[in-house]
Amino acid sequence: MTTSQGFGFHRPGAGAAAAVTEEAPAEPVILGDDAELDLSADESAARVEETLAALDAELVGLASVKRRVREIASLLQVDRAREQFGLLSSKPTLHMSFTGGPGTGKTTVAMRMASILHALGYIRAPRVHVVTRDDLVGQFIGHTAPKTKEAIARAAGGVLFIDEAYYLFRPENERDYGQEVIEILLTEMENERGDLVVIFAGYPDRMATFFSANPGLSSRVPHHVEFENYDHGELVQIADLMVEAENFRFDDEAREAFSEYLTLRLERPNFSNARSVRNAIERCRLRQARRLVGLNRPLRREDLVTLTADDIRGSSIFADADLDEELVEDPVPAAD
Amino acid sequence: MKLRYGTFSYLPDLTDDEIAAQIKYALINGWPVSVEYTDDPHPRNIYWEMWGLPLFDLEEPDGVLAQINECRQAFPQHYVRVLAYDARLGKQTTAMSFLVQSPDNEPGFILERIEGPDRTQHYSVRSYATAKPAGARYTGE
Repeated sequence: MTTSQGFGFHRPGAGAAAAVTEEAPAEPVILGDDAELDLSADESAARVEETLAALDAELVGLASVKRRVREIASLLQVDRAREQFGLLSSKPTLHMSFTGGPGTGKTTVAMRMASILHALGYIRAPRVHVVTRDDLVGQFIGHTAPKTKEAIARAAGGVLFIDEAYYLFRPENERDYGQEVIEILLTEMENERGDLVVIFAGYPDRMATFFSANPGLSSRVPHHVEFENYDHGELVQIADLMVEAENFRFDDEAREAFSEYLTLRLERPNFSNARSVRNAIERCRLRQARRLVGLNRPLRREDLVTLTADDIRGSSIFADADLDEELVEDPVPAAD
Repeated sequence: MKLRYGTFSYLPDLTDDEIAAQIKYALINGWPVSVEYTDDPHPRNIYWEMWGLPLFDLEEPDGVLAQINECRQAFPQHYVRVLAYDARLGKQTTAMSFLVQSPDNEPGFILERIEGPDRTQHYSVRSYATAKPAGARYTGE
């Protein structure tokens, strides 16, 4: 709290802290058997459609993920419609697992998922609480449960996003406290009062072992969403979007050079999809800055905005490629 | 006799939803919330036992309610209250305090008159419940 409120009373919705307020639940009216309900007329449907459209526009590729998200959204919409006809069914469990390589947009989709679930009234706030093993597992006996419960309390009413979830389970160490975390999570996930959605995320192969080792857990996670690696064309599209978002642009040669760069980079180890693209662009900006400073002349807007082919071809990846197939070990292995 | 203590004490007992709404108000204002319990009903008793640590950085009241319920389960016949602490510079004080549980049977207080020097009269208040040792005061009957 930075602003002093003086003698005034707090009014929900007035301050930034109350940006997300809950709406009062409307009096349920049960429709008759012959009534008709237009799904698209639902005011929350418009918000969902908006979020889905944003998902489509801002995320490149990921067709199967988008289809799955749309399915889940439709299920919830239909559930709401059924409720209005007085057809009660059990609340759907929406715990999910996102598996995919690095940089495939798992966290981003989790954020979108949260706003969709919020728009449909399934969770109370479109909030994602990201935790890793460190935030859940304690160092001593009896230290783990409070930590896990604290994380769950903070995520209450929103989404608990467990990044690199497979680290929770270490079969090689019997005395590892990760098992305790899973037990607490299981009871909490069964608990319907919580309005809490848990999303497990991680790399596909390790998540497969993680889930196979915890039969109780995998059966409680009905939605397994797989994120595929991006192909070359999609990566170029992502680069274009990123450059545009940063108020830069490639000139024609530069785009070609970047596409070549991606071809070379894709073959290198440690390629992490969109994250690698972002890092490559960051380094292009560095080289552009150096070039501009070296110009020693007044700069125009055009100069500041344009990334040229030289900026991209300065990358060490091209230098290595010139050495022909004699691939030199990358001096910095994580050069993405 | 029902002990009137803290905010909302002249209202009927708050339901869990109402408690959650009050806690939500505290959280919106940025006040960390904590839970305390005691079995000493004297109005001047300020030393209540803390149930766990204060709960920081919450957005929703669920976590506090879980703590309250745990505390109620552990001490079904104690007074349990919820505190909200306003840590802003210039305030740094308890902003809200209300009971969320009281014993089923509260025996009340005895007023004792104490003869002082020069025929002056002093008064003191003593709870019937404190005749028994701590921990055995409210057994329900």
